[in-house]
Amino acid sequence: MAEATFLDSNELVINMGPQHPSTHGVLRVILKLDGEKVMGTDCVIGYLHRGVEKIGENRTYTQFAPYVDRMDYIAAVSNGLGYCLAVEKLLNAEAPPRAQVTRVILTELNRIASHLIWLGTHALDIGAITPLFYTLREREEILNIFEEYCGARLTTHAFRIGGLQYNLYDKFTEDVTSFCDRFSPRVDEYEALLTNNRIWVSRLRDVGVLSAADCKQYGVTGPVLRAAGVKWDIRKALPYSGYENYDFEVPVGTNADTYDRYLVRMEEMRQSVRIIRQAVANIPDGPILGKVPKVLKPPVGEVYVSIEAPKGELGYYIVSDGSTQPYRLRVRPPSFINLQALDKMVRGNLIADCVAIIGTIDIVLGEVDR
Amino acid sequence: MKLWDKFLFTDLIQGLLTTFRQQNPKDVVTEQYPAQRPAIAERYRGAPRLNVDAETNETLCIGCNLCALACPENLIVVGTVRNAETKKKELTTFTYDTSRCMFCGLCEDACPVDALELTQDFELASYTREGAVWDRQTLEEGPKPTKYDF
Repeated sequence: MAEATFLDSNELVINMGPQHPSTHGVLRVILKLDGEKVMGTDCVIGYLHRGVEKIGENRTYTQFAPYVDRMDYIAAVSNGLGYCLAVEKLLNAEAPPRAQVTRVILTELNRIASHLIWLGTHALDIGAITPLFYTLREREEILNIFEEYCGARLTTHAFRIGGLQYNLYDKFTEDVTSFCDRFSPRVDEYEALLTNNRIWVSRLRDVGVLSAADCKQYGVTGPVLRAAGVKWDIRKALPYSGYENYDFEVPVGTNADTYDRYLVRMEEMRQSVRIIRQAVANIPDGPILGKVPKVLKPPVGEVYVSIEAPKGELGYYIVSDGSTQPYRLRVRPPSFINLQALDKMVRGNLIADCVAIIGTIDIVLGEVDR
Repeated sequence: MKLWDKFLFTDLIQGLLTTFRQQNPKDVVTEQYPAQRPAIAERYRGAPRLNVDAETNETLCIGCNLCALACPENLIVVGTVRNAETKKKELTTFTYDTSRCMFCGLCEDACPVDALELTQDFELASYTREGAVWDRQTLEEGPKPTKYDF
């Protein structure tokens, strides 16, 4: 800790977490305080470590797919998509067009669901309890669509390597379109509650500033990076699953503070609705599962595939030794890497701001600890 | 924020109006479970079931062991015996450990004859760990949760 010396009698060290409602899981933050001011932080992680990467080495490629849902359980569909794309690249296979469009619709719905959870809990941390009820209500509709589609709400296991297992149910298009119609005005309602609210603005404005240069240095991705003004979205930069066919904007912020991250995520939800509308309008017919063998034996090699998960760049690095199980499977989780910038953002702010900053990074501890 | 907005509290009034607009007393979403049964999706992945032929009451399972091989948690054990006359495998025992199951549906996908299926039953609670390990009879008849009158 640079600012406070070791012998400084004013320094007070306290634990925030691991059982604390504002750390969004089992995250322990050791705060070094000078009065109300945070002089430094240390994150202690690993309370939710389940060894997912090691499990991956002991399962076949098909068997490991349900486990990735349990990392970022708020956005399980995105996790599944990243894993399936990585194995498909290893196998040199591609999902058929109908499967790709379905994947885009479901992952964008999941992005909205993830941002809704973030918005509700972040507002709850700041002291606004009302948005949580509204956001959970809308998320429930998305989860109902997931349940109708694949039979599970949270740990969906919606995609399979090479395409999909389940075809779209009969009323899928109606359900999704009616959700989009109802959801767009709802985003305006959240904004009416929060955007101009004086408490909200004064709690978030100029809090936890992380400049574009710092973001790049720490490897921070996702809305945190875009709020710093960097227009980096993997859906645009390295399109996958046919994202190049959809017309959408990448929202960016200017001030790189917590308030801008809020605005970026709100706009992202609107853009997701836009993508879903375009995708639902023309779902091609055809098969849903590509030509992949029953027993997957990818050729010897290694592959890295990243996608734009709701929280940032989610990457899968798989090394194959030609057997049915991966030789090594490494996940690049966005939450884990974004969390490393916490100390930089918190230093010099107040304890109450620390809560706001943990909320704004949008971490899921299942993904941080894996 | 503009000065008159600050003194007229327009931002807070805007938020309060939104809150009041949402307070329709007819919007009741609370479900009175267990008196009221939840609506469950057709594809819901719940309790496993081993299907039997509706007429003959014979199992559809051919004892191919594919579900046990597909399971990531290795929780299915299929016991078969070779019939000396017909030279066919016949199912003797089938255990399914629901306490370790994560309901991923891979066993259901692997089954070539639609014998093993994840159903819409979701009440799987048991007083003992042994109760969570289902044998062939439980799998064929389905779980029997306690029924309460209201």
